[in-house]
Amino acid sequence: MTTTHEGHEAETFVYLCTGCPLGCSLEVDATEEGILEIRGATCKIGERHAEQEHTDPRRPVSTTVRLDDPVHPRLPVRAAAPVPKGLVAPFVAHLRDVVVQPPVDRGEVLATDVLGTGIDVIATRSMAAAAREDTDARLATADR
Amino acid sequence: MRYDVAIIGGGVVGCAIARALSRYELEVILIEREREVGFGTSKANSGIIHAGAHAKPTELKGPLEWAGNQAWGPLHEELGFGFKRVGELIVAVEEEQLDTLEKLRQQGVDRGVPGLELWDGEQVRAEEPNVSEDIIAALWAPTAGVVNPYEATLLLAESAARNGVTITTDRTVTALSSDDEGTWRIDTEEGVAYHSRFVINAAGLHSDEVAALAGVGDFTIKPRKGEEYLLDKRLSGIVSRIIFPCPTPTTKGILVIPTVDGTIMVGPTAEDLDDKTDTSTSEAGAEQIFRSVQRLVPGISRKDVIAEFAGLRSISSTNDFIIGPTAARGFINAAGIQSPGLTASPAIAEQIVGFLDDEGLKLRERDDYEPTLPHPARFAQQPLDEQIRLAAADPRFAHLVCRCEHVTEAEVVEAIHRGAHTLDGVKFRARCGMGRCQGGFCTWRVIELLARELDLDVTEVTKCGGDSWIALEREDVADPTEVAPVREEVPT
Amino acid sequence: MITTQPRQIASAYDVVIVGAGPAGLAAALGAREQGAESVLIVDREREAGGILLQCIHSGFGLQYFKEEVTGPEYAERSLEAAIEHDVDILTDAFVMDLTEDRRLVLMSPEHGVVIVRAGAVVLAMGARERTRGAIQIPGTRPAGVLTAGLAQKMVNLHGYLPGRRAVILGSGDIGLIMARRLTLEGVEVAGVFEIMPYANGLGRNIVQCLQDYDIPLHLSTTVIDIHGHDRVERVTVAPVDEELTPDASRAWDIPCDTLLLSVGLIPENELSRTLGVRMDPLTNGPMVTSAMETSVPGVFAAGNVVHINDLADWVSEEALIAGRSAARRVTGNPHPADNIRVIPGENVGAVVPQSVSSDRPHRISFRVNRPILEDAVIKLGDVRRRRVRALAPAEMATINIAPRLLESFHGDALRLDAFAAAEEG
Repeated sequence: MTTTHEGHEAETFVYLCTGCPLGCSLEVDATEEGILEIRGATCKIGERHAEQEHTDPRRPVSTTVRLDDPVHPRLPVRAAAPVPKGLVAPFVAHLRDVVVQPPVDRGEVLATDVLGTGIDVIATRSMAAAAREDTDARLATADR
Repeated sequence: MRYDVAIIGGGVVGCAIARALSRYELEVILIEREREVGFGTSKANSGIIHAGAHAKPTELKGPLEWAGNQAWGPLHEELGFGFKRVGELIVAVEEEQLDTLEKLRQQGVDRGVPGLELWDGEQVRAEEPNVSEDIIAALWAPTAGVVNPYEATLLLAESAARNGVTITTDRTVTALSSDDEGTWRIDTEEGVAYHSRFVINAAGLHSDEVAALAGVGDFTIKPRKGEEYLLDKRLSGIVSRIIFPCPTPTTKGILVIPTVDGTIMVGPTAEDLDDKTDTSTSEAGAEQIFRSVQRLVPGISRKDVIAEFAGLRSISSTNDFIIGPTAARGFINAAGIQSPGLTASPAIAEQIVGFLDDEGLKLRERDDYEPTLPHPARFAQQPLDEQIRLAAADPRFAHLVCRCEHVTEAEVVEAIHRGAHTLDGVKFRARCGMGRCQGGFCTWRVIELLARELDLDVTEVTKCGGDSWIALEREDVADPTEVAPVREEVPT
Repeated sequence: MITTQPRQIASAYDVVIVGAGPAGLAAALGAREQGAESVLIVDREREAGGILLQCIHSGFGLQYFKEEVTGPEYAERSLEAAIEHDVDILTDAFVMDLTEDRRLVLMSPEHGVVIVRAGAVVLAMGARERTRGAIQIPGTRPAGVLTAGLAQKMVNLHGYLPGRRAVILGSGDIGLIMARRLTLEGVEVAGVFEIMPYANGLGRNIVQCLQDYDIPLHLSTTVIDIHGHDRVERVTVAPVDEELTPDASRAWDIPCDTLLLSVGLIPENELSRTLGVRMDPLTNGPMVTSAMETSVPGVFAAGNVVHINDLADWVSEEALIAGRSAARRVTGNPHPADNIRVIPGENVGAVVPQSVSSDRPHRISFRVNRPILEDAVIKLGDVRRRRVRALAPAEMATINIAPRLLESFHGDALRLDAFAAAEEG
């Protein structure tokens, strides 16, 4: 729905507030210049959420990268800070071909300034150096 | 290479025939279209070894049911599949049904089936306290039993193979032709051809098509679907005998079955179809089954279902077994095997051996014939000190694969080495995935073991052969840079 | 470093804990803090951390660690705390049996089948997922029907994808999280279907997992048929009425090769039932006292095995209590017995613990059956009221109770009710 405000075309955007289980429907009237009005918020959290979602929506991003370890083929990682919403998919795609060599420490920076966002990617768990002698590997050679 | 006998179809009938023939010095091949034997109808069978009284003497089913029943005890001893003679109660809830019970009893007595007794309602409830108050009488048949039909089929085949029979799977027969010297040529979709003096048609649902390929397609097979519902082990012991309703002319009815493994199974329905591939379960089937069994055992409810499946019986245009030689020399039918087919299968196999003998096949007994198989290790069923001993000798007995059924890595590896090449193959031999969590914990472990033991990639492991892959490499799925970018605006 | 594998298993421990997920790890910490000298945790997976190892998304730890982290981070921090306190953790091992005398039989490839005696036991086995069989979806049984959690394990721990085009049944958080995860990995998610008229998962996930990716959410709709012989080929969905009965005349087919089921979690109480603890049919978990003790003396329980939680943080807090109580039992100064039952009242599904005592403070957890999307009141008998902004079944709620509030209460039961403030008489 559009209206006109001081000569600029204004549109109404709707966001679902995720601040609490109420899930208020937040309506934001805005032009390209900025927000004109926020309706539907029943608390300050809602107002802040609407502003953030409209002007600079960001998302936490986690994914896995390849680990060069037969027992643990994947290493979980996350972006060190929320990523602009529009860049989430390319951010994750960018990490697809990353291969990390163990050992890794939880919190270790694996990639910096991904896609020019200034945001690093960190490991969310530690992995030991050489895989400790894997139970499977040992048992596979056990006498049958 | 010219075989003496080629068996088309690796269900319980084909495998029983293979095993019966493996006693002799013969070149025998069994040709099965699925990835493993038993993957057609046999795996979905109710698993009842009928008492011997059900089938009419005027049909082939009659005498073969009783003869077959008696063979299952020795087979169980030799091959080690689960089998228990739990007995069955065919119950009456109305006065009119008492007549039917008495007729059945007499039919069984005439055939020589021992132990048949008519019980009144009180006696029934004394023995089975959880059955309905509405039951006024029952025919007790102690010779009935329960078996795992998939397990039996696999072990029959394994025993046959151990004694020299070639078992070949993933082969679909497309053409049959016979030359003047009495050799049949069997062509398959996969491009491999086999040659054999005799051909046994044990092709189940497709036995009419196979007979037609041989030029003797004078019967048709129509599928009759049966749905089954498996219930939580919590209900174990709610009945200890198979409970049958009073039979009707078309069906033995919907049963309450205490399986060998301690679960309760209810079913089957009986639905005539045209589609030989329709093994779907349905809401209508579930409703029908539970309505029916609740009249027999009121404590059973849908809340306790852990799994459901369906299978297709082969109903021939004569409504009876079609067993014997045909106008095509060397081509012998073992077709249209509906209930009591599982029960009758060892007897059917002996009949086929007899026909081959009649047709001039020299039957010389092998002196190295080995009737037994090493019994599958069943860790969960062993007493504690045996479990300790097993684990001390082989640490894989102390490595859990299936949480619900307590199946260990050693047993899964054994199943794989004894022929399991798919998830279902492992399930049918070792029980992984049959418990409450239906594979939630064990699926990936079994996949990894199949991959390791058969030197496969995880992506090559299937549920039951064919196109039933489980996992894909990331590279095989669409390039995610082509994923639609995250939506910028929410529509108003 | 992820596990400590003890080189030897002793024949007895002060406390044995079944499960090394967040509940087991916190219970171990609590037990050691409270004076248990020897603590052993047994877990059937290769590593400690429980289900958190595959929950690579964030949303954990805001309360317990005062910092929002992902599942693996939460698991590792809990593990470090346990290791710092000299807890033995035996992984790749399974408890086969547990009897009332607190004798456990366990299997471990390293140690064989061994018997261990415990001064006290804590059950922390977590939960399993509801299966297709349990809800009886009609149709064939091709490959490609799996629970969302199994798909999550496949993708996040092993690096494989479950298919190319997926339908998800169930709008619980696991299903929503997987909708996003699969999409980012290049799998097409055709839609999420929910039989109830409202979504089951957190609003945050509706926005960040579905709306962000244009994945449609169909409420009051369920899967009524699965097609495909070897592999899933399509599913049939249909809208349902107020009785949740599908209207097949309005059904439609969705081509796909994968059906993920996110239709509920069930506390994993096989071992508890083997032991014979008294179960609460409302939670599907053991009945527990405020000390988190089951009906079998010396056997405690915490976490998803008691009731399905949505926040790992509360699992840890509840498990600390269980661990401390277990230690107190061993050191000979158990808490006094509970003297007040807590009963679920209006719009309350189940309560944990099912009883409290008047000698110390307690926190009672519960879920509402129906959402209250306005100012709501939580009322515990006449002794405690709490106002909250809203209550949804997806988010567990709590109410605290302290001894001074019970000073003038002389009854033996308190009823817990939840209702809209506007409806108060």
